[in-house]
Amino acid sequence: MTTATAPRTDTVAVTTERQGARRRFARSSPTHSKKSVVLTIVMALYLLYTLVPLAWLVINATKTQPDLFSTFGLGPGNSFALFDNIAQTLTYRDGIFLRWLGNTLLYVVVGAGGATLLATLAGYGLAKYNFRGRKAVFAVVLGAIAVPGTALAVPTFLLFSQLGITNTPWAIIIPSLISPFGLYLIWVYATDAIPTELLEAARMDGAGEFRTFFTISIRLLTPGIVTVLLFAVVATWNNYFLPLIMLSDPAWYPLTVGLNQWNAQATGVAAQPIYNLVITGSLLSIIPIVAAFLLLQRFWQSGLTAGSVKE
Amino acid sequence: MTTTAAPPPALRTPQRKRRSRIEDRGWLFVAPFALVFALVFLAPLAYSVYLSLFRDQLIGGNAFVGLDNYIAAFGDSKFWDGFGRVLLFLVVQVPIMLLLALGAALAIDSARLHAAGFYRMVIFLPYAVPAVVAVLMWGYIYGDQFGLTRNLNDLLGGQVVQPFLPEWMLLSIGNIVTWQFVGYNMLIFYSSLKTIPNELYEAASIDGAGAWRTIFSIKIPAVRGAVVIATIFSIIGSFQLFNEPNILKPLAPNVISTFFTPNMYAYNLSFAGQQYNYAATIAIIMGVITAVIAYVVQLRGSRQEAR
Repeated sequence: MTTATAPRTDTVAVTTERQGARRRFARSSPTHSKKSVVLTIVMALYLLYTLVPLAWLVINATKTQPDLFSTFGLGPGNSFALFDNIAQTLTYRDGIFLRWLGNTLLYVVVGAGGATLLATLAGYGLAKYNFRGRKAVFAVVLGAIAVPGTALAVPTFLLFSQLGITNTPWAIIIPSLISPFGLYLIWVYATDAIPTELLEAARMDGAGEFRTFFTISIRLLTPGIVTVLLFAVVATWNNYFLPLIMLSDPAWYPLTVGLNQWNAQATGVAAQPIYNLVITGSLLSIIPIVAAFLLLQRFWQSGLTAGSVKE
Repeated sequence: MTTTAAPPPALRTPQRKRRSRIEDRGWLFVAPFALVFALVFLAPLAYSVYLSLFRDQLIGGNAFVGLDNYIAAFGDSKFWDGFGRVLLFLVVQVPIMLLLALGAALAIDSARLHAAGFYRMVIFLPYAVPAVVAVLMWGYIYGDQFGLTRNLNDLLGGQVVQPFLPEWMLLSIGNIVTWQFVGYNMLIFYSSLKTIPNELYEAASIDGAGAWRTIFSIKIPAVRGAVVIATIFSIIGSFQLFNEPNILKPLAPNVISTFFTPNMYAYNLSFAGQQYNYAATIAIIMGVITAVIAYVVQLRGSRQEAR
């Protein structure tokens, strides 16, 4: 008995060790080399380029408007006015900034949420059902990616104005619902992540297609869905061109268009520069999205890697 | 087993029918996307083609003019001025951006970098910054009122760096776009580097290949597909250039004209000049040029892959 088990445990130990080595190897992919100081310094320079503008933004959000003009760009101001700036930003013109923030959230939740739902359903349908017309759908959607979005902006505006929905949230939300990139990502992801046998088994058990999707498939798709959601959130949060065209009433502006309007206020006839508010508002508007990316890092990075396997 | 090997014809047809009925349920999943897609992509596309064939005239109202708008666009120096500018932008900015992104991806993937995960995250960060905020931020930094440029010029004594001069403007815009998108492209390249099987690296190291040799013989060929995709996206982005010049315009009104890029031209034609038909024509021409170039890049990319 003992002689029989001994070599067996040995082999197990050896394999796990080898697997461990391979995994370590995989993590530091190529030649198991030492860290390079030169490379780290070169990359640090690039990092500096990435961070300086953001640092500038953070530092200058703490300055009063006169200090912006009179003190060194990357140094502190004469007084620390960050909280005063934030309070002013939030209350300026009866708190229009908060209204814009609310609008942005509305567009993001409904637009990006809807885009993710539609892309997930459609990507899954394309990956797991060989329905008639499937190839045509795929060709049309891929072709659409190559069409410049802005080429469609003017006709979309004219079309929407005939439908009477310009200058309403629908004009922003409806076009945001389509994410060809999201569809592509889910299609690739679903092809690999969901075994067709699983769907067959569920069918045998008498589960309907949608029930199977919402109870089984959606869990397997989670990393892909989070990735698509995150990119859709960025796209809608950062959307500028579409609301610029569609909206004329500042009460429906998202943050991007609103901030640009504040900036434009500095020039012209009755110029009323509020640079400190534009800077503070800009800082406030990037915090949520940066936080989302940092918090959901694990999800979207694995989602993207899976997406590129197929390429 | 036997039924699949030699099914009686009577049984075969209903089974296949049921099979295809199940497969056709895929439409239930695709339908919502397809409906909205038709509304926001196909309908405007068809409508803009329709618009481009008409013209609003003082006498006679809206009249069919055939290809007159296209002929007018081909002789329009404003359009070509903007087109030349985005083409120059494309030829200079896109290679720089993609090379930086590829370099960063290779460095992060090389395992020779301290704190690689931190670098990956920070370099990607600008992608999450809205274009409006990025441009305002850089615009202020460029400005001679309270920007770093003024600090730099004070240091150097005199007006040495002037990002808003006509000859520097495109470079200034290119810098903003590069800053925003290197991280995004880096991530695309990095993801595809991660899919290289380890056996390949093992084989290379057994063959005595060094780090550079591995980069040029294994890594760069492996990311070719990703490079083609990133190039296509960048071409589309360059030809659509709008946000950056449009937001910078108030800061440099004399340098950035209303036809600085074809997209700004189309925008100003329709929203300042009410010339919707002509704007649609410009948009279609740009769309066709973009699609053709993207197609050629893809064709070239895949042909080299086949070789």
